[in-house]
Amino acid sequence: MAKHAIQVTVNGAARGAEVESRLLLVHLLREEFRLTGTHIGCDTTHCGACTVLLDGVPVKSCTVLAVQADGRSVMTVEGLEKDGNLDPIQDGFMQEHGLQCGFCTPGMMMTAHAFLAGNKNPEEDEIRRAISGNLCRCTGYVNIVKAVQHAAGKLQ
Amino acid sequence: MIPPSFDYHAPKTLPEALELLGRFGGEAKILSGGQSLLPLLKLRFAEPAHLVDIGRIPGLDYIKEEGGFLRIGALVREAGLETSPLVRSKYPILVDTASVIADPLVRNLATVAGNLAHGDPANDHPATMLALGAEVVATGPKGTRTIPVAQLFTGIFTTALAPAEVLTEIRIPIPPLGSGGAYVKLERKVGDFATAGAAAYLVLQGGVIARAGVGLTNLGPTPIKAVDAEKYLAGKKPDEATFAEAGRLAAAATIPGADRRGSVEYKKEMARVLTTRALRIAARRAGGK
Repeated sequence: MAKHAIQVTVNGAARGAEVESRLLLVHLLREEFRLTGTHIGCDTTHCGACTVLLDGVPVKSCTVLAVQADGRSVMTVEGLEKDGNLDPIQDGFMQEHGLQCGFCTPGMMMTAHAFLAGNKNPEEDEIRRAISGNLCRCTGYVNIVKAVQHAAGKLQ
Repeated sequence: MIPPSFDYHAPKTLPEALELLGRFGGEAKILSGGQSLLPLLKLRFAEPAHLVDIGRIPGLDYIKEEGGFLRIGALVREAGLETSPLVRSKYPILVDTASVIADPLVRNLATVAGNLAHGDPANDHPATMLALGAEVVATGPKGTRTIPVAQLFTGIFTTALAPAEVLTEIRIPIPPLGSGGAYVKLERKVGDFATAGAAAYLVLQGGVIARAGVGLTNLGPTPIKAVDAEKYLAGKKPDEATFAEAGRLAAAATIPGADRRGSVEYKKEMARVLTTRALRIAARRAGGK
């Protein structure tokens, strides 16, 4: 089983790695690149804790091979903050108490960040549908929706 | 969970992909969106020696009307189908279907063609494509052939596609004026497979049903084309009594298994109810509403 030399732009920086075919993107990010903000939750494509942006599109990184990301760009939760300033979605989660245990939060924020890039003035049910692939077992989602609304307000 | 070892190939062209598939025979699986295949690999339900990733082949991501068909290329994602202006304006049944598959994140990668080629009776597009009378284009070493979706599913997780063939295009006949379709799915929660699902397609002419298609999801070892219901509907008035009888006939065509989603009796009853509902919506849409 030959290894593959891959090049991935991660949070704006070019990174290279030698990977086995079967290595999952989430393991590349966490174990090779030490970006442990991306969480492994269910590992079965259900929970969305591992959500990252692949060429700007939110995907479950437990269900993508690292080799599939070769030549593409990945954004993780570590890429949200810019020059010491929180992304509006991070600020929203802080202001609206959009988390309790925090385990789902990185994935939830990546999905919401991408959603708000394409929808600046979302209705509540659009937000709920957008995050329906990200499970939270603490909050009941009410404050997560408020956090996304808060971020939407800041982006306008 | 870490998938078993395999060799990964990323052909840049379709001929290159076909050459690889021909060389490896049954030892290779096609990787596209990967949203069904990778979970299967993790669970060791499949342990192919080679994965041939068709995701980098250009020219297969298109949705267009041409030559009497809506043509959907092999690499169109569910999210692409769901948000396509053409599909949203003319094919609401496809929006019904795509928007209830898994969840939005899975739909960003999962492909429509993969949903068919995987041969899973719990997948949603097969029922819709059966109702619409769609066909698929299979491209292999000797060229292309078309397979009606009604002949595609030969058994559980088994299709008429040969190991060295790629499902390159889905073709849906462009619906005539006065036609409408709908897909209705019962699921326990977002992301779950259907407890039961029903797709209905009606062509109305002069106040009667000229042609009907009915497809069913997760109610047997393969997706089911409810032929008796379709035959019954033809020539009838699109009213409640007709839809009720068609629902009964569709339910009679099912052979569901009992599982945590419900008993055999419950699923058969849901097949009846969902078919009736799908027909009602299809008739409404056929009437331009």
